[in-house]
Amino acid sequence: MRKIIKFTTDYVGYVVKGGPKFYAWLGFLGIFVLFWMYGNYMQWTEGMIVTGLTDQVSWGLYLANFVFLVGVAAGAVTVVFPAYVYKHKALHEVAVLGEMLAIAAVVMCLLFVFNHMGRPDRVWHMLPYIGIFNWPNSMLTWDVLVLSVYLVLNVVGGFYFLYMKYTDQKLNKLFYMPIIYIAIVWALSIHTVTGFLLNTMPARPLWHTGMMPIRFIITAFAAGPSLIIIVFLTIRKNTKLWIKDEAINMLSQIIVWCLGIALFLTLSEVVTDLYHPTEHSAGLEYLMLGHNGLNRLVPWFWSSLAMMVVAFVMLLFPSVRKNHNKLVVACVLAFVGIWIEKGMGLLIPGSIPSPIGEFTEYYPTLLEIFNSIGNWAIGFIVLTVLLKGAIGILLGDIKYAKE
Amino acid sequence: MTDKKAPKNNPDIEQTSTCDTTEPSEKNKETESVSPSRRGFIKQMGGLSVASLMGTAALLTHSDDAEANTTWAEWFQGNYRLMTDEEKEQAIARLERRYTSEFGKQVTVDGTPAQEGVLFGYALNIQKCIGCRRCVKACVEENNQSRGDKQEIEWIRVLKMEKGEFTIDKMNDGYPGGYGIQVGGNAYSAAGVVLEGEHYYEPKKVPESDSFYFPIACMQCEKPPCVKVCPVRTTYREPDGIVVVDYNWCIGCRMCIGACPYWARRFNWGEPNLSSKDMNPKTHYLGNRPRMKGVVEKCTFCIQRTRKGRYPACVEVCPVGARKFGNLLDPDSEVRRVLARKRMFRLKADANTYPKFFYFID
Ligand code: SF4
Ligand code: SF4
Repeated sequence: MRKIIKFTTDYVGYVVKGGPKFYAWLGFLGIFVLFWMYGNYMQWTEGMIVTGLTDQVSWGLYLANFVFLVGVAAGAVTVVFPAYVYKHKALHEVAVLGEMLAIAAVVMCLLFVFNHMGRPDRVWHMLPYIGIFNWPNSMLTWDVLVLSVYLVLNVVGGFYFLYMKYTDQKLNKLFYMPIIYIAIVWALSIHTVTGFLLNTMPARPLWHTGMMPIRFIITAFAAGPSLIIIVFLTIRKNTKLWIKDEAINMLSQIIVWCLGIALFLTLSEVVTDLYHPTEHSAGLEYLMLGHNGLNRLVPWFWSSLAMMVVAFVMLLFPSVRKNHNKLVVACVLAFVGIWIEKGMGLLIPGSIPSPIGEFTEYYPTLLEIFNSIGNWAIGFIVLTVLLKGAIGILLGDIKYAKE
Repeated sequence: MTDKKAPKNNPDIEQTSTCDTTEPSEKNKETESVSPSRRGFIKQMGGLSVASLMGTAALLTHSDDAEANTTWAEWFQGNYRLMTDEEKEQAIARLERRYTSEFGKQVTVDGTPAQEGVLFGYALNIQKCIGCRRCVKACVEENNQSRGDKQEIEWIRVLKMEKGEFTIDKMNDGYPGGYGIQVGGNAYSAAGVVLEGEHYYEPKKVPESDSFYFPIACMQCEKPPCVKVCPVRTTYREPDGIVVVDYNWCIGCRMCIGACPYWARRFNWGEPNLSSKDMNPKTHYLGNRPRMKGVVEKCTFCIQRTRKGRYPACVEVCPVGARKFGNLLDPDSEVRRVLARKRMFRLKADANTYPKFFYFID
């Protein structure tokens, strides 16, 4: 027990201390948190009327970010999977960082869900026993279930690993390995279920396709490692932890594969829907081409597509994958491209036209944007702190000192 | 309640513009999103109680302890469907107290359960409907929806369906024909898609000769997708076939709005705006009692009326008698007789939701 207390104090003591760069970064993120506090206060007191959502487009920016971030959380498995299943050495050394990323991403997911809810004060209504958990009927309950288990798996797996490293003990394989393997499969489940959340609604034809879960997973495995590469390169630059080139290589190869498949799936969907467009294709048509002058989403769709194509082509060249300056560019393109694809390219056109055929455009309000950026900022604060602690332990900076 | 939104109920349809030129609340709200912010600040200055954080700000403007306790009790109450009879009584009494003090008049909240041997059904004659929107207005008055520019909620929408034109000079305009038949364009470049129709029409007179009208509202599906997706089962099907919402249990996730193929559900994006003058004090727990912000609502076949043997407000008000209502299990009911004699169909039968709302023609 004392060891655990010591671990906690050492860990916390380490993560709150840092150089000017560290504080500057946290301070920078903190500014957005101030806006976030204002935005949340307004939404809490006035209701969701402060957002741009309407009865026609009732799911917007919040849920779009949620869906994307579930993907990022699942994408962390691209570190863990090669590390443990293919015994990839370089990734194995830093696998715990992947778990930390997953934790931060799930935290962001939860923040976005709370923002999306009209009555966050009633969230206890969902708790089994005191409330009603409409499981297995409601897909949302499945999503809650898989996400919270995924969070627990990563917290337990990640911190168990760090704690053992901290006390310099050997991992209990019988306990640790099952967690890792379950977490790997579980990562697939979170994004699959999020896909089902949308595509089990025949009322929304754009979403009602069996392609959804696989597209979600594939794009997640491109967006996730893109972020991880950026994070890894930042860590290399700013800390003493040297993440090996092989680790980054492996990840960039995963990205290129997944991006290729993602583009292929998009193509299949577009051809299937638009060769002979029916009423059910109206959402996709609106997204790609606009509808009678309503074309707010059109530039988003095409820019997202362009970003993904450019990132894919760039990453095909080994010279780009090896040159880390260029690699970062490709990763940013892939990450942003997929973020757009999930939000402006999927979630929002799902509601346009509405089930009775009405085209309503959606404009997020400033407060909605404050809250969304704020959620990201909080997520990055969590991520920074988690990574800092994990790196400290990996480096041996935090260690159990026997008196 | 802004008067410009309330059409005078003039019975002479052919001569006056009886049409409610309702701008949809969902659109108005966007332009308004700045001003509520300022109001919120003032409210904050006035002191913020914990209970107001729980989303019941409106009732605590004159906060006294008994009322605050009521609020808490309401916040902690369980789901109506699972309450014992005693708990239901308590919940209803609590609400009556709250509404009565909030609206400054005696408000009753009814809890009449479904009667055995009753399955409510509705039939609408699209041949007769003239698109006057009286039903829309009567519904709002009966069911205590939010009014005004900031947030205007209507459960019924009347779709105007253009009859379409086939004229030689329009062949190249890409004019979408109202029958759903493509006019203009060619096989490779579609001229336009006709979706179901539009509900913002504002003609001088109804009916317009080039259109027919198609009212929609909640279809009270026998297989309701909205019920299936609700994570907390706050929306459910009652034994008499009415799909209801326990407004006190809804978490506002809007899954049901996504799942409903008929766009029948509305959301209280902000605190509903309902003056005590306009408030209909005869309410039902699962029906027209005033809602709070952040919850979903929809048509309940006027549960507060129909469970007491009355007609829904829209049926009573329809000037051409296009609306029929009754017990589907009773072979002699009006709705059953219509179904037996007329040519009928259900909207979006392909959605497989088995609506209990039927359309028919003579
Ligand atoms: S019409 Fe929509 S809201 Fe009404 S029961 Fe059917 S699915 Fe539910
Ligand atoms: S918005 Fe309310 S009624 Fe609709 S699914 Fe969510 S909790 Fe259920």
